[in-house]
Amino acid sequence: MSKPQIVKYKMPECKKDMPLGPSSEAGVIIEPNAGWRVMKPIIDNSKCVMCLRCWLLCPDGVIDREKGILEIDYNFCKGCGICSRECPQKAITMVKEGKQYD
Amino acid sequence: MIEVRWHARGGQGGFTAAKLLGLAASVFEDNYAQAFPSFGPERRGAPVLGFTRIDDKPIDDHSQVYACDYVVVLDETLMEVVNVTSGLKDGGILLINTESAPESFKLGDNFKVVTLNATDIALKVLKAPITNTTMMGALAAASGIVGIESVLSAIDAGMPENLREKNKKAVMIAYDAIRGVK
Amino acid sequence: MTSGNKVSKREFLNGDEAVAYGVRLCRPNVVSVYPITPQTIVVEKISEFVANKLMDCEYIHVESEHSAMAAAMGASMVGARAFTATSSQGLAYMHEMLHYVSGSRFPIVMMNANRTLAAPWNIFGDQRDSMAQRDTGWIQVYVENGQEALDMIIQAYRLAEHEGIYLPVMVNLDGFVNTHTYELVSVPSQKEVDEFLPAFVSKNAVDFNNPRSYCMSASTEWNMEFRQQQHEAMMKSKKVIESIDREFGDKFGRYHGGMVKEYKCDDAEVVMVTTGSVSGTSRLVVDSMREKGLKVGLVKLRFFRPFPVEYFRELKSRVKAVGVIDRNLSFGYEGAVGSEVKSAMYDSCGSPKFIDFIAGIAGRDIKKDDIELMYNKLLNLSMGQEEAELQFIGMRWQE
Repeated sequence: MSKPQIVKYKMPECKKDMPLGPSSEAGVIIEPNAGWRVMKPIIDNSKCVMCLRCWLLCPDGVIDREKGILEIDYNFCKGCGICSRECPQKAITMVKEGKQYD
Repeated sequence: MIEVRWHARGGQGGFTAAKLLGLAASVFEDNYAQAFPSFGPERRGAPVLGFTRIDDKPIDDHSQVYACDYVVVLDETLMEVVNVTSGLKDGGILLINTESAPESFKLGDNFKVVTLNATDIALKVLKAPITNTTMMGALAAASGIVGIESVLSAIDAGMPENLREKNKKAVMIAYDAIRGVK
Repeated sequence: MTSGNKVSKREFLNGDEAVAYGVRLCRPNVVSVYPITPQTIVVEKISEFVANKLMDCEYIHVESEHSAMAAAMGASMVGARAFTATSSQGLAYMHEMLHYVSGSRFPIVMMNANRTLAAPWNIFGDQRDSMAQRDTGWIQVYVENGQEALDMIIQAYRLAEHEGIYLPVMVNLDGFVNTHTYELVSVPSQKEVDEFLPAFVSKNAVDFNNPRSYCMSASTEWNMEFRQQQHEAMMKSKKVIESIDREFGDKFGRYHGGMVKEYKCDDAEVVMVTTGSVSGTSRLVVDSMREKGLKVGLVKLRFFRPFPVEYFRELKSRVKAVGVIDRNLSFGYEGAVGSEVKSAMYDSCGSPKFIDFIAGIAGRDIKKDDIELMYNKLLNLSMGQEEAELQFIGMRWQE
């Protein structure tokens, strides 16, 4: 899965640096986008049967299946809870986000 | 003119405090006031600002607040990510919701640091860590910019009925605590 | 069933709420609604008033701003007092309807929350949206705070519905800086407003007893006569604006200055022309510069249409330099207000030196320091130094 990479982005420093109109290169993510998460999903891999329903339903596509077990990218998970609600094995629990607000 | 800046995280009621303070000073006293939030997208947990201006004549200034007389910090973890003393005038007061003593914040001598464990009061009285009204009571005591009766009237006028009594109680506890310290 | 204050009441309201209270006091029959930041609080507050039976009107949810104006027009056409509100993209969306309403002579009042237009998209305040509607035949007023906003909604209906005027009025508030800022507002009593603004009895509405055709086409042979008539009505409104404001002042204690309000201009060497909330901030700068002995003054332009050309023709002989703060820009030339002020002051005998300042676009704050800088440039100019005629203030880079 090609996860969005967080890269350092160089803001324009003078008029000549400005792009033509309000546009920019694609695929540029300069900071994680999960700041408003209040609850976060934790997958219990011992219960997970790799049915991939959560992977399919995640609105932000943050569940990675490539390594053979499912991994959530917490940089982009918004904590919507759909994965937890839809898991037929009840393998995903929503837990309160720690004191680490974005 | 007095200018107050409130630091909070989205969802903690920082702007509500800024607004209630303005309401207290204007409608319930003979002053004029302005209250506005930092204008920008907000999300729960992100740092937000509230501003209150109080004056005895109509307030013409519609630019942003850059220098302030009082800064109120509802969540001390914000001090790790935001410079809460920026713009605080010499002789001003920085009011922080914290367990720590003022001396532990090594921020220089240009202004006074006043602390209160508002979270503790809020948890006991409101059963939730929402410290906005508590810190409003503390500010009234520390600064004298608004009478405590006006603050209580503002809560009656500006908060839903089921929240009024407990918030007024929290305000009084904070007010008495800070007055004791002063 | 409506109820309201028996006496005027002091409230702590944001600009949007102040407008909503003003609208309620005017007892509109129809309010057509489509929300857009930063106007949403206006229509939400009105919906609360309607739900709580504090307002007795038809509250129509429409699917777009174009429809909001169409619905208001339909309402006015059957004799209803109509209100709507919008901002930015919404104002642009209803552009053709603005022409329909003014050309058909329906006295609708609309609040506009001044917000910049995309692209680039941004929700914050400047006056590009309403300035771009300059030629639509709407009377335009710019207020500087919540009190003036409430007061002007009431005055706007008196003005729009005035005999011989019958032109729609747009009341402009600065987005966020006015709309979302809470201030002390004195809300008049319903009784006082009823005395000032009687119920609307339209002279331009469908009447089954006297059938007429409305909103007809006008051929080449007739069209220009209608346009001249529309223009003459707006020219006539200049005196009416002043007399209504005076009457409002007598009744409610607040006269807002008519079309233009001067501050410390009597012996000023240089003056700045402003629209909206920056007028207040500028008065503070005038005071602080006056303390240093600098003879500066402020001209608060309240009505942009009709344009107070007579005022500026008279002003030019009194001052050495005039600046305009334009929270808008007509690309390829200059700011809209600047253009008009400059041309009003031009004649073959010369005119004062002039600078058009572009500032406060898309919510960029206009600081007191910025305003002082602008005044200093005018003072330089007045003393013979060179200053560019169009200057951008508060930019990231100085080149």
